Amino acid sequence: MSILSVSNLRKAYRDTLAVDDLSFATAPGEIVGLLGPNGAGKTTTINMILGVLEPSGGRIRIEERDLATDRREALLRTNFAAVYAPLPGNLTVDQNLRFFAMLYGVASIRRRIDALLEQFDLVRFRHMKCGVLSSGEQTRVSLAKAMLNEPRLLLLDEPTASLDPATARDVRTKIRRVTSEAQVSVLWTSHNMYEVEAVCDRVLFLSHGRVLLEGNPRTLPQEHGKSTLEELFITVAREPLSLES
Amino acid sequence: MRLTPISAIVLRQFYLLRAGPTRVLSLVVWVAIDIILWGFMTKYLNSVTAAGFDFVPVLLGAVLMWDFFTRVMFGVTMAFFEDVWTRNFLNVFGSPISINEYLAGLVSSSIITSAFSLVVMLALATALFGLSFLSYGGLLVPFLMVLFLFGIALGIVACSFVLRYGPSAEWFVWPIPAILSPFAGVFYPVSTMPAWVQTLAHVLPPVYVFEGMRAIVTGGATSGRSLAIGGALAVFYLLSASVVFTRVYRKAVRTGLIARYSAESIT
Repeated sequence: MSILSVSNLRKAYRDTLAVDDLSFATAPGEIVGLLGPNGAGKTTTINMILGVLEPSGGRIRIEERDLATDRREALLRTNFAAVYAPLPGNLTVDQNLRFFAMLYGVASIRRRIDALLEQFDLVRFRHMKCGVLSSGEQTRVSLAKAMLNEPRLLLLDEPTASLDPATARDVRTKIRRVTSEAQVSVLWTSHNMYEVEAVCDRVLFLSHGRVLLEGNPRTLPQEHGKSTLEELFITVAREPLSLES
Repeated sequence: MRLTPISAIVLRQFYLLRAGPTRVLSLVVWVAIDIILWGFMTKYLNSVTAAGFDFVPVLLGAVLMWDFFTRVMFGVTMAFFEDVWTRNFLNVFGSPISINEYLAGLVSSSIITSAFSLVVMLALATALFGLSFLSYGGLLVPFLMVLFLFGIALGIVACSFVLRYGPSAEWFVWPIPAILSPFAGVFYPVSTMPAWVQTLAHVLPPVYVFEGMRAIVTGGATSGRSLAIGGALAVFYLLSASVVFTRVYRKAVRTGLIARYSAESIT
């Protein structure tokens, strides 16, 4: 059974087709990379799965709950972190986590927050306002928030974009561990191809809102005559027609 | 509707109020200045007009009631603005909270902040100028209810406007009470105004409250039917405002404005 099932998803803005007949599914414990150049439709897709952008067509199901008709149940099983959606800087880490835990209907809030602060090495920042934390620390708070409801589907839009290499590796390790232990399904966007190779089980290359390529990030470049994933990415960005079958 | 997400919005406001004096002062300073200014004004008017007429319950009472209405409205908008100012829409609207729960959270926050302002105003007006709310009798509760419901309705409309037109539309919210006050009969009877303005005024629920207040303190009788019309209008505006907010929100989700709110419009 898939955790996330996207069928024939479409988003049109007047004459522009941002997402065009996109279909894919993610399995429990699987990390799927959503790759593509700027404007390929990655964030649009994530926003639609998050319910903050209405699709022009198609269907999104999260653990068999249709997002269009059963939004609450679908989103109770989902969470997200994005570099462009930091938590309010005028609340402390603890206050932010408590606020979002209540929005997500988390049962034992204090215990859950304690565990996440420990897990993301945030204990010493507990009573500090998020606005005074470094960008790396804020990212970790966002990730802790994303784990609050023990989601079955985790949407991560460039989660390590503002982190130094050491912290980014720690974060990747943590997410991989959670994904594997709790059989969470992760949809991950990144422009860091090294990271994608290290983390993702499967990648979807988007171009002009459509899936151009799909496969294992460690074997996909060779299958298309490229030596690295980065080289393949550049080809997708510059010459997508050369890859269309 | 679930209680926990509604409580989360209220708790967030509590955290922010507790964090520093600026938000608490905003609940107190303006209303305190109004009460003191109009308190002295009523004392002066009492001293220069014929004995027997007390301006305190007429003017100062009206100012207090109008400030209560204003605080109710701003109570809703301030809670909403917290999400605007911190660019928090994606985090909030990407969570399982429903739009009705979100609105209920804004309203609940407003109940607490406006009640706090009301207590401060009442304490000042009573201690310094001898205003007694008891002079309005049992009708005080419906008076406050009508103003509360209309304040909530206007607050929700103001939020809809800012949601639709972006953060720069915030300026639109602040003058709304000042624009309405000349037509709401706060300081003078509706009969003072030209006939066409009177017609306009009677679609505003506060008119029925202030006309009723004046009738009571001048020894006349308040029409229950008139107050019921005010109440019905307030309920009508509240329901309409909720529909408007829901529609604006749905359009923002359809167009992508929620996800790109800082752009102010998606064209």
